Amino acid sequence: MTTGLLLVQILNGLQFGILLFLVAAGLTLVFGVMDFINLAHGVQYMLGAYLAVTFVALTGSFVLGLVLALAAALVFGLALEFLVFRHLYERDHLDQVLATFGLILLLNQGVKIIWGAAPLSVPVPEFLSGNVALLDGILYPTYRFALIGAGLAVGLLLWFVVDRTRTGMLLRAGASNAPMVSALGVDIRKLFMIVFAFGTMLAGFAGAMAAPILSVEPGMGDTVLILAFVVIVIGGIGSIRGAFVAALIVGLVDTLGRSFMNDLLRLFMSAPSARATGAALSSMLIYLLMAVVLFLRPEGLLPSRGRT
Amino acid sequence: MNLKFALSLSAGMLALGLSSAQAQEPLKIGVVSVLTGPAAALGQQVRDGFQLAVDQNGGKLGGVPVQITIIDDELKPDVAVGKVRSFVEGGKVDFVVGPVFSNILGAIAKPVLDSGAILISPNAGPSTMAGKACHQNFFVTSYQNDQVHEVLGKYAQDQNYKKAYIIAPNYQAGKDSLAGFKRYFKGEVLDEVYVPLTSLDFSAELAKIASAKPDVVFAFLPGGLGVNFVKQWSQAGLTGKVPFLSAFTVDESTLPAQQDAAVGMFGGMTWAPNMDNPQTKKFVAAYEAAYKIVPGSYAQQAFDAAQLIDSAVKAAGGTGDKDKLRAALKKADFTSLRGKFKFNTNGYPIQDFYLVKVAKRPDGKFQTEIAQKVFTDYADPHAKDCALK
Repeated sequence: MTTGLLLVQILNGLQFGILLFLVAAGLTLVFGVMDFINLAHGVQYMLGAYLAVTFVALTGSFVLGLVLALAAALVFGLALEFLVFRHLYERDHLDQVLATFGLILLLNQGVKIIWGAAPLSVPVPEFLSGNVALLDGILYPTYRFALIGAGLAVGLLLWFVVDRTRTGMLLRAGASNAPMVSALGVDIRKLFMIVFAFGTMLAGFAGAMAAPILSVEPGMGDTVLILAFVVIVIGGIGSIRGAFVAALIVGLVDTLGRSFMNDLLRLFMSAPSARATGAALSSMLIYLLMAVVLFLRPEGLLPSRGRT
Repeated sequence: MNLKFALSLSAGMLALGLSSAQAQEPLKIGVVSVLTGPAAALGQQVRDGFQLAVDQNGGKLGGVPVQITIIDDELKPDVAVGKVRSFVEGGKVDFVVGPVFSNILGAIAKPVLDSGAILISPNAGPSTMAGKACHQNFFVTSYQNDQVHEVLGKYAQDQNYKKAYIIAPNYQAGKDSLAGFKRYFKGEVLDEVYVPLTSLDFSAELAKIASAKPDVVFAFLPGGLGVNFVKQWSQAGLTGKVPFLSAFTVDESTLPAQQDAAVGMFGGMTWAPNMDNPQTKKFVAAYEAAYKIVPGSYAQQAFDAAQLIDSAVKAAGGTGDKDKLRAALKKADFTSLRGKFKFNTNGYPIQDFYLVKVAKRPDGKFQTEIAQKVFTDYADPHAKDCALK
């Protein structure tokens, strides 16, 4: 193991974490503010990727395609809110889980009918298609730097909106006591609609940004959804800051575990058993982490204020 | 009309009537394939490849009209076994064709074979059913699973590569794959990596490959895993630097997504869409016209399965005499898209295996193309454990 490799793997971990943050941010926002369990968040991520496939192919430009995909994801989010979610806010969590699980099945099958079952892809935009040479001659794709940049920008934007604007203030107030905010004359329904549409758009953005590096296929959102839930549980439900920190931790732990667990175990095990244990252990690592966090700090690492 | 003529006419009609009483009964065939979930692209090829052969025969196989029931196994053994059992118990079934995945085959083999139907696997070829668990009513039109991985191991050895980096998902088929590769590759294995089946991002593994500087990389990363890996491989600047050998990682089901990133990568197979024979040319053209995609080995093997049924039903004059039908099936008297094709004693094929290479066609679509022959008349080693003669 060289310093160069370690640095690259840390970078990889950060980048994976950023991607998880983009998905988890919308999920934690909807969960935290509206107390709504949205299992369909993963399929909204998938839909963002599929929309990017279509619009990038139509316009021939990644940026233009991304913008159109975001707009379409937003419209779709509003439609879903109007048709489905609006009727579930008052219901208990089990109903919400059932209904949004139904949406997963519906949308996974829907994209298969429209786009087909075979995996699709989005080409990496021309201006980001190169590599940057790091230490030891290891190349790092420029697009992944762009992904890190985009994630940080979204994080910053979210922090600004939630912590520094009037809408953000209402959001935080709504998160801690929705009936009170409503009683003070704020249209909580409208607020919820905005939050939900924005959350959907974030999921779509994550999907569209992931499309050039990941395979776009039905069910692609399901794995990501599980990881996103791990992130928000570790970070503290409803907390954007928590989601950011937890996503980076999960990304780093997962990537470094996969990279170095074998080498670590080989110090005191034979190669074949180190390989078997390493593979099993490194894929469990983030869930172990979640269990430890739940045990020591059930409310998460950085719980949102006003919620305990 | 004289008496002799009338007699022979009525005798003829009687004979015709008898055979048509059997023939009128349509062939009952179940096609078991995965049609939901991420693997559906493979299952659709099996379904469509089989259907194409039936359509080209005017809806008949061996001169008998066929009644096809499509069964979606959902890639869940419990679901598959339930659906298949109720299908074979619901009336006399002649053939069951399927499935794509070996774990599903393991689940449905017993109910199908117990019912007396002939089971033809168009893709899955587990070692168990090639050896001790072989069955006289079980035939495989693909290959024994290990063989595809061995093609790459043999090729890596023939190329005299010294250091290999090998990677597969962490489940039984992944372990079998790497074992198959190592059976023929005698050089040093720098690292043997098992990733979770749900892996999305391979940047950690790719960074390790770049720093380990192997002579060759062997990967078994089916479906979406392969799409992610191959795209990220090219983005990490590894294209052209390290030879990339693979099994089920770059094929016609994944190439529409991998596109240029996969060009020049190698796989192992018994057939490719550019195989130089008239039947393949006709098949590929017809498949592309009907389903708008380039057919892969899955479609090809299902097409051959239908041709096999066609030849055997014709030779045995229906499905009434099971011994006759079995004997006709074993002869494999049809023009395979692969050219040469014959069955071993265990019902698995003896055939040639090729190194295939991904190429971009002039029309902008992607396909695998035959690069060189690696094995000739290759039979799987498990046949010796099979009691059938």
